[in-house]
Order: sequence, then structure tokens, then C-alpha cells
Amino acid sequence: MDQTTLNIIVVGLSFALYFGIAIWARAGSTSEFYAAGRGVNPVINGMATAADWMSAASFISMAGLIAFVGYSNSTFLMGWTGGYVLMAMLLAPYLRKFGKYTVPEFIGDRYYSNTARVVAVISLIIISVTYVIGQMTGAGVAFSRFLEVDSATGLYIASATVFVYAVLGGMKGITYTQVAQYCVLIVAYTIPAVFISLQLTGNPIPGLGLFSNTTDMVGGGVEAGTPLLVTLNGLLTDLGFSEYTTGSSPFLMALFTLSLMIGTAGLPHVIIRFFTVPKVADARWSAGWALVFIALLYLTAPAVGAMARLNITTTMWPQGVESEAVAVEDLPDWFRTWEVTGLLGVEDKNGDGRIQYYNDGSESGQAFGAERGYEGNELVTFNRDILVLANPEIAQLPGWVIALIAAGGIAAALSTAAGLLLAISSAISHDLIKSVINPNISERGELLAARISMAGAIILATYLGLNPPGFAAQTVALAFGLAAASLFPTLMMGIFSKRMNSAGATMGMLAGLIATCLYLFTYLGWFFIPGTNMLENTAANYLFGIPPTHFGPIGALLNFAVAYFVSKATAAPPAHIQDLVESVRIPRGAGAASDH
Amino acid sequence: MAENSDNNAYWAANIRLVTICLVIWALVSYGFGILLRPLLSGIAVGGTDLGFWFAQQGSILVFLVLIFFYAWRMNKLDKEHGVDE
Repeated sequence: MDQTTLNIIVVGLSFALYFGIAIWARAGSTSEFYAAGRGVNPVINGMATAADWMSAASFISMAGLIAFVGYSNSTFLMGWTGGYVLMAMLLAPYLRKFGKYTVPEFIGDRYYSNTARVVAVISLIIISVTYVIGQMTGAGVAFSRFLEVDSATGLYIASATVFVYAVLGGMKGITYTQVAQYCVLIVAYTIPAVFISLQLTGNPIPGLGLFSNTTDMVGGGVEAGTPLLVTLNGLLTDLGFSEYTTGSSPFLMALFTLSLMIGTAGLPHVIIRFFTVPKVADARWSAGWALVFIALLYLTAPAVGAMARLNITTTMWPQGVESEAVAVEDLPDWFRTWEVTGLLGVEDKNGDGRIQYYNDGSESGQAFGAERGYEGNELVTFNRDILVLANPEIAQLPGWVIALIAAGGIAAALSTAAGLLLAISSAISHDLIKSVINPNISERGELLAARISMAGAIILATYLGLNPPGFAAQTVALAFGLAAASLFPTLMMGIFSKRMNSAGATMGMLAGLIATCLYLFTYLGWFFIPGTNMLENTAANYLFGIPPTHFGPIGALLNFAVAYFVSKATAAPPAHIQDLVESVRIPRGAGAASDH
Repeated sequence: MAENSDNNAYWAANIRLVTICLVIWALVSYGFGILLRPLLSGIAVGGTDLGFWFAQQGSILVFLVLIFFYAWRMNKLDKEHGVDE
């Protein structure tokens, strides 16, 4: 059987499973559609949250981000997990106690203001729509590479699948499909990593293998018995790259980590997952379980990154860097498969029939090349996103593992897309239609509105996935920046400050929102249209040296400060709102609140 | 009134617990993983230093312990102050 047929069978089986769950878990009420009837076990919810959170970026891109930069990109590991500590202690249990369905609903009710509610809906929609574009394109790419359909067809298949279980089952259907998708993606991620770790270090646990000694299977003239990271540092510095384990600018690293942490804690599609558990105590446990299931991938990812970097380097220098580079005809098969996609490219610049991989951008690398008569790095393209997808081929694993990676990548993209689509549709049907436009809508009418909004959101996401705006990649910074600058501080103050009032919160949210957009637009162009940026996107132009991607914490600080001063200058919130804050802080009575 | 003062004591205990947890949260990630890494450079771990381990794995493990500790401690506080469900 050829590889494509095998891929189609494995991906097809995973889809059949998702459809089966969709039919079993249909939603019959708005409570089931928005919050799975609040009957989800905390461990199950933790697993669903992990799948909801780990997107194509975590599954496909993160190990590559770490592999090609090393220590400095540990920011992604700490940032995307540390946010759960904030969420578990500052937001999730209290919002569960509040006992409603959406994030803008808390903001609108707590700040007794439809203006605040609408600002929150706008933030939520910008954050979630930008995020969902990446998931749809990610699923499209995985389809086209592994199933050999064109990426538009792939995108239609992905959208149709999400349509079935999200429109039919709402949060209930999404929850149980996410559990299945988590199982698929974690198995797919772990199996190749275990084999590679065994091969390179003899340790079956990749996370421990990262700090173990090499075996004699590494190749590339590497001596057995030296620590893997020492070996990697040595090879990379010989080739003119910087050391894997050292970084620069601790200040920027810390700021970026903070930006990712606050942004993660403020992402609405993750927060609403904690509305599905029966009790406040369950919301606390569930955050812990979510991080357990996330950590299973996040503790493996840095090992995958380092080991893949080592594998690539020794593939390019099979006899070691002191000797000759790999000959063109000896390049492994996976090079050929990926060259076709254009994500990997070689060019024999000096015509010696060999491919020299080194860093021609550094002084030591240039000296290394000049001494040997090289005319530049000949591994001209290596897209970091192919690293995880090509991993089983690099380690020469059997075909079914490659098929599993395809199913895993698609599962990661679909599970996150579904969570985002639910956040968007519930904000429209519940916060705009039910709360602002037509408060008298019936239960059945709202459920229908929720399903129609969901269908509309899927069609919009499919359209944007087919015609990705040129700025798609840039907007991820916008999603995290806005979650950090607008939603997180407003939610936190709503719980921890009884004195915070409507005017303060609304002005604070707007200040965070506007400042973040302006700072990003200044360097990346107005509405991300290339060429319209007012200042060039270089370090010399940054305010206090802060790049636009790192602006989240500054926006959050602005939000806090403006909210504080405006609320000081205006009247305290009415007594019933202060009572609401009191009741949110205390777990007793959450069961009653859920029956509203 | 009595209930009110007990609720205040409960909330104060919660704030104290959250503060302690967040100090540790910041210390392992921003501290050991990034800013204080030079101080830990003498402690070798598998071919590199302790700060690298904290940045890539250690902080995640500490985060896990923190969340479970917080959940356990809070659920106990709920019962002590009679505000559990």
C-alpha cells in the first residue's frame, strides 16, 4: 500500500470517530450548546482544554521555533504554560461561579453596561477570527501534503467536518470530539519523539533524553557518550551558528514571556472551557489537569527541537564538519519529498556536487566557508514548520507513523478551530442578539440563532482560509496583544476590585485596545497593509526598545492604570454590583446559579 | 455580620495564597529561567546549566505543582470557612 492511501485511511478513521461522537453528543438546549450542560468531568475537561489550546502552532510550529533558535525561544514553552497559573488563580474559578455562558457576558453584567459588553465582543471577535485563520490554513496545508489533494479541497473537507459536530453539538459535541482529538495528537507527537530519543540517546523518554549522553547511532562523526546538548553546541559553533543553550537580551525574553502568559490567560475560547464543569472546586482541579495534558506535549517539544536540529546537522555532515559535506546524490529520500513542496530547498552554489550547510551570516561562519572555498550556505530553504511533520521520515519510521502525524496535525488544527468558532458564535447569539438586540428571544430561538451564527462563522473562516489576508502571520501578535491588553485586566479587576466601576473598566479596556492596535500599526502598517507603516520595523525605532510583538504587558499596564484613575474620579458601582462581586468570590451557590 | 467578617477572612486567606503562588511562579520562570540564570550557571545539568533546564522544562513542572497545590489548599479553605458547595 502506498503512503497516500495509508494516510487517507488513518485520517478517514479519525474523522469517522469525530462524526460518531457528534451524533452521540447532540445539544438539545442553550445550556448544552454553550456550556455542555455543565456536566463535564474535570479531568475530561482538562483533556478537552488541552486540545482546545494546542493549535497548529503548538503541534506543528513550536518544536521548529525552538530548534532553529535554541534557548531564547524557551519563551514559548514558559509563556504558553505559565498563563494557566494566572487563569487558574485569577480568573477561571470565579468566572465559573458567576455561572453564565460567555466572557463578554461577565464584563457586561459586572460593569452594568452594554457599552462594556460590546467592546468586549469586539475584542473577542478580533482575537478569535485572527486565530481561526491560522487553524484553517494549517489544516489545508496538512491535507495537501499528506493526502495529495489541493489545499482548497483540504480546507473544504476540514470545514465540513467542523460544521457537522460544532453546529450539531455545540460545546457538548466539541468537548467530546476534543477529547478524541487530544488522544490522536498526543500519540502522534510522542511516538516519533520516543524513537528518535532512543536512537540518539538510548533514553525512551524524550524529555530526559534531552539531558542525556549520545549513543553511537548519531552519525556525523559524533563521539558516543557526550551530553547531547554539548554535542549540538559544538557542531553549531563549528558551523558559525550561535550556541544552542545560550541567548541574548534577558529583558526582551522576560517581556515576551509575560506577553504570552497574560495573553494566554485572557483568551476567551480557553476561559469558556471552564464553564462546563459542575462546581468551582472542579474548575480549579480542571486547570491543573489541563496543564498536565499540555505538559505531556510541552515537555517533549524542546527535546524534539534539539534532536531534530542535531539530526539535520549530522545528515548534512555525515562524516563530521571536519570532513566533506553530504553529496547531492546521497541526500535522504525525505529531502526529495519535501523539496517538491518548496518548503525545503538546496542549491549547489560552488558546483562541487556537495551541499554545505553552515551559517554564512556570521563572521566565524564566513571564515569557515572562505577557508574551504564555499560560496555560501547551500541548504537555502528550510521551513521550520516541516520539522515535526518530517520527523518520522527523518527517523526512518514506518508508514503508519507518518499517517498518524498527518491525523495529529489535522486534529490539533480542527480542535482549536472548533473552540474558537464556539466563542465567536456564542458572543454573537448570546451577547449581541440575546442581551442587546432582542432580550425577549425564546430558548429555542436563541438555540437556532447560535447554530446560525456558528454556520456563519465557519463560512467566514473558510473564506478567510482560502483567501488568507497578507497579514495573517502578523495578526497572531495582535490576538495575544489584545487578549493581554483588553480582556485579561478587565476580567481580573472585575473580580479583585469591588470599587472598579463601569466608566473605569470601559475606558481602561479601550485604552489597552487602542494603544495596542496603534503600536502594532505604527510598525507593521495600518491594518497590516504593507507599506503604510509610519516607522520602519527595526529595533532602533522601538519605544524603549520594545518590539510590537512584546507590547501586550504594556497595553495591560495602561488598561490597569487608566481604569484605576477613571474609577477613582467617578462614583462607586451600585450596591447590587458590589454584592455580585462578593458572591463571585465565594464558591457556595454555584450549582444554583447554573440552573438559571 | 458574622458571616460577612468570615467571608473577609476567607478572601484575605485566598489573596495570601495566590500571592505566595505567584511569587514562586515568577521566580522559577522570569527568575531562574531568564534573569537569574547567570547565578545558577555553576550547577550543571546534562551538558548545560540549571537555568536552561528551568527555561525548557523546570518551570512547567513547577507550574503544575503550583496549580494542584492551590486547588487542594483552596478546596480545604472553602470547607474551613463554610463556603464550599
